[in-house]
Amino acid sequence: MAITSIKNLKEFSTNNDRFEGAHLLCPGCAHSMIVRELMNCTDDNLVISTNTGCLEVSTAVYPYTSWDTSWIHIGFENAATAISGAEAMYKARKRKGTLKDPNAPVKFVAFGGDGSTYDIGFQWLSGAMERGHDFTYICLDNENYANTGGQRSSSTPVGATTTTAQAGSHSYGKKEKKKDIVSIMAAHGAPYVAQLAPNKWKSMAQGFQKALGTEGPCFINTVSACTTEWRFDPKDTIHITDLATDSLMFPIYEIIEGHELNILYRPKNVIPVEEYLAAQGRYRHLFKPEHKHVIESIQKEIDQKWEMLQRREEARI
Amino acid sequence: MAEKYEIKETEVWDGNYAISQALRQAQVDVVAAYPITPSTPIVENYGNYVANGYIDGEFVMVESEHAAMSGCVGAAAAGGRVATATSSQGFALMVEVLYQASGMRLPIVLTVANRALASPLNVRGDHSDMYLGRDSGWIQLDAFNAEEAYDMTLCAFRIGEHLNVRLPVMVHQDGFLTSHTAQNIHPLSDEEAYGFVGDYKCVDEMLDFTRPVTYGAQTEEDWHFEHKAKQHKALMDSRTIIDEIFAEYGNLTGRTYKRVESYLMEDAEVAIVALGSSVETCRLAAEELRAEGVKAGVVAPRCFRPFPFDAVREALKDVKAIACLDRSSPGGAMGALFNEVSAALYSTQARPMVTNFIYGLGGRDFSVKEAKRIFMEQKAHVDAGHITTPIQQFSGLRGPKLGFFETKRS
Repeated sequence: MAITSIKNLKEFSTNNDRFEGAHLLCPGCAHSMIVRELMNCTDDNLVISTNTGCLEVSTAVYPYTSWDTSWIHIGFENAATAISGAEAMYKARKRKGTLKDPNAPVKFVAFGGDGSTYDIGFQWLSGAMERGHDFTYICLDNENYANTGGQRSSSTPVGATTTTAQAGSHSYGKKEKKKDIVSIMAAHGAPYVAQLAPNKWKSMAQGFQKALGTEGPCFINTVSACTTEWRFDPKDTIHITDLATDSLMFPIYEIIEGHELNILYRPKNVIPVEEYLAAQGRYRHLFKPEHKHVIESIQKEIDQKWEMLQRREEARI
Repeated sequence: MAEKYEIKETEVWDGNYAISQALRQAQVDVVAAYPITPSTPIVENYGNYVANGYIDGEFVMVESEHAAMSGCVGAAAAGGRVATATSSQGFALMVEVLYQASGMRLPIVLTVANRALASPLNVRGDHSDMYLGRDSGWIQLDAFNAEEAYDMTLCAFRIGEHLNVRLPVMVHQDGFLTSHTAQNIHPLSDEEAYGFVGDYKCVDEMLDFTRPVTYGAQTEEDWHFEHKAKQHKALMDSRTIIDEIFAEYGNLTGRTYKRVESYLMEDAEVAIVALGSSVETCRLAAEELRAEGVKAGVVAPRCFRPFPFDAVREALKDVKAIACLDRSSPGGAMGALFNEVSAALYSTQARPMVTNFIYGLGGRDFSVKEAKRIFMEQKAHVDAGHITTPIQQFSGLRGPKLGFFETKRS
């Protein structure tokens, strides 16, 4: 039985396991926390698709599977379309009366990393959102192509070093801004879009439940701290995520029907982004004197974004 | 419930319309598609049936052909009848997912209005797309005219969904030449057609929640080979099932198909092996030459994959000279049909002379006159006792003759 009313973390974390613990994700990887929480927050049957990426290669290596639910992986880019097809088949068979159990409640969910969501699968995701299938897409955003050894993605933030946007004697790492996927998805007119984080587990579970309970295409971007490529100790995953949300590097908010924005977490004490950056190896080079300006500009961007989110929330439009 | 569609005993349909009707009659659960010339009318017609209540299934118009096949895979894994249509560049964009569909053993039906591949951009018919799919693990059926496009589409569902096959099936027709050419067609009634195709039989469906399934797992050197071997065996073993289903369809319609179609081959001395609408052109040429005393015949693989190695060998074993016609740019090799047919004939006692013609690229016309010329060239080889031309030639090409490789038999 899954838990649908959330009382405490201990109960929540020990409940149900349709996602089996025996998988090959790195120790300390936040992916499994996010996936388990999604699967724990509903009693309904699940049909899940997953793009190629860390989650996929770590959970379905024949003859084993970590998925005690219907699951499909086709390619790098098309989890949103795979789930579109499955959802269309469900509708067709429901209409024709050919489902084995027509009354069994079911939810359709797609997972992708930032590589498949922001980059290679962007078109497939956009198409599925526009078509209005009844599904929830969850991006496990670890800000790089971690499965292939840590290359840049369009989600990689300014200043982070990756194997294809390296810091060096002539470079401070990635120079291009992180793509604002949440706004893009909201601009599709999706009924529910959110950015959530596993350290704020209660708001994440509630966000998942809202998405699953909303008819139509919903999108959730989750920050998934990557111990291997962000370079921190595996025991510190939640600590790093705390720094991400409390520095407002990852603000937690939702957008309903493409316009109604609600901030879901307001840090009591907002910390300077420097603390978040200093805790990770991927930003170490920024603390050289010649790159100080990069940290300043990152902080400036964060402040502007937070200001924008608050004004959008106040405006209620 | 879908509205009743009135169908006459004889209809005047082009290949695309015939296929749309076959999809409607098969009561496909999900069509996920993206339009591309010359297959576009298939999905437009289908969209018309949807808009007017003739379809109970879902019609998902996706944003690309890659997504079309991806949607088909997701839908098929959820347990139901699935079909789509494409051509050319769209086919090329689908290729990644074609391999995934067959690897997952999902019996999707893909109807292909064959068209050239760019560059240069060309919307006309040749077999470049069909050839691009030849290693993808799909069954490939070839229709030579519009009625056959209808017939092959109905047969494709039966073949692919057969529990001992469970493979995706392509139905090929020539772009424009077949897809847009109307002819008299004798369709089955809706009841007969659905009775032949039958209800879809679910296997490992994602919507049976009592038995969760994992689709698209990873296998490395430990298991990948065994999976691919099993898939190949299923393709090879489908040959007898295809024969059975063709025979059953013949009993129902009087139109009996074979994996290799032989025409005037009983005593043939020279033969052309071809695919697509050119088969009918070559048959006319053979008829005319027979009247002139030339023992000409035509062999046409109805089933391009699994390649009918055995049946091709049987059909051609007593022939002296054979021209294999490939309507696809061979890209630095002999044409694919030439290679397949030569390989089949190498294990015969007689080892007849085989030459290769590249023809009709980008929709270049192929005439009865040209087919006759090719037959007569084979006759010249027979009379001389050896191949008198380059082994690979281009037929219908402007400018100086182009040919490659000489025979070495001494």
